[in-house]
Amino acid sequence: MINVVFFAALREQLGCAQLSLAADDVKTVDDIKRLLCEKNEQWQQTFANTSLLSAVNHDMVDGDHLVKPGDEVAFFPPVTGG
Amino acid sequence: MKKHNNLAEISIQTDDFSLADEVALLEQDNLTDGAVVTFTGRVRNHNNGNAVTALTLEHYPGMTEKSLANIIKQAKERWHIGRVKVIHRIGELSIGDQIVFVGVTSKHRQDAFAANEFIMDYLKVSAPFWKKEKITNAGKISENWLAAKDSDNDKAKRWS
Repeated sequence: MINVVFFAALREQLGCAQLSLAADDVKTVDDIKRLLCEKNEQWQQTFANTSLLSAVNHDMVDGDHLVKPGDEVAFFPPVTGG
Repeated sequence: MKKHNNLAEISIQTDDFSLADEVALLEQDNLTDGAVVTFTGRVRNHNNGNAVTALTLEHYPGMTEKSLANIIKQAKERWHIGRVKVIHRIGELSIGDQIVFVGVTSKHRQDAFAANEFIMDYLKVSAPFWKKEKITNAGKISENWLAAKDSDNDKAKRWS
């Protein structure tokens, strides 16, 4: 399984903080995004935001980054700390 | 008084911090560094023309620490610096509250000045924190997630 987590405005828009996915269907971070967009129109619209960032196992990555079972994949808006 | 501990360079906390205590820890048993540069970030009472009444800070536990450790590592590779301390608060904050602290020591001031600014600039664009503001506009209270600023990206790019 792959653990997928969402933060901040994205978490609120989706009404979801965390979900698990079977690792069989996905090879990359972009594959996960595509799969999540199939859930419904709300998810599709939310993920149409091109400024969203992604991380795998706490490192910022691009969409073509490979994922494997046990990974934690995160999606979130641009950061605004400091 | 706490003892200085090299492993405790990063602290993500809900509690406030004391600037005096943090400076004392950076200086404790440290007679080789002649420069101590500190930055403290606080909650402003306005943003984009709106009156801000409070702020909530969310973070990504685990990734935040990893990201800050990586920024500190890069700073140590670029400049001759001694001790580093980064504190970032999370949770609900009020106007005037301290949010973030960066302290850097070095033998001479140039290294500590540059490294401190570098750490803040990279924290702004790569450490997973998000601010949600409570604002009052024409008597109405609303909550907004802050949008990232292009100017912050430009500041971070100066270092590459």
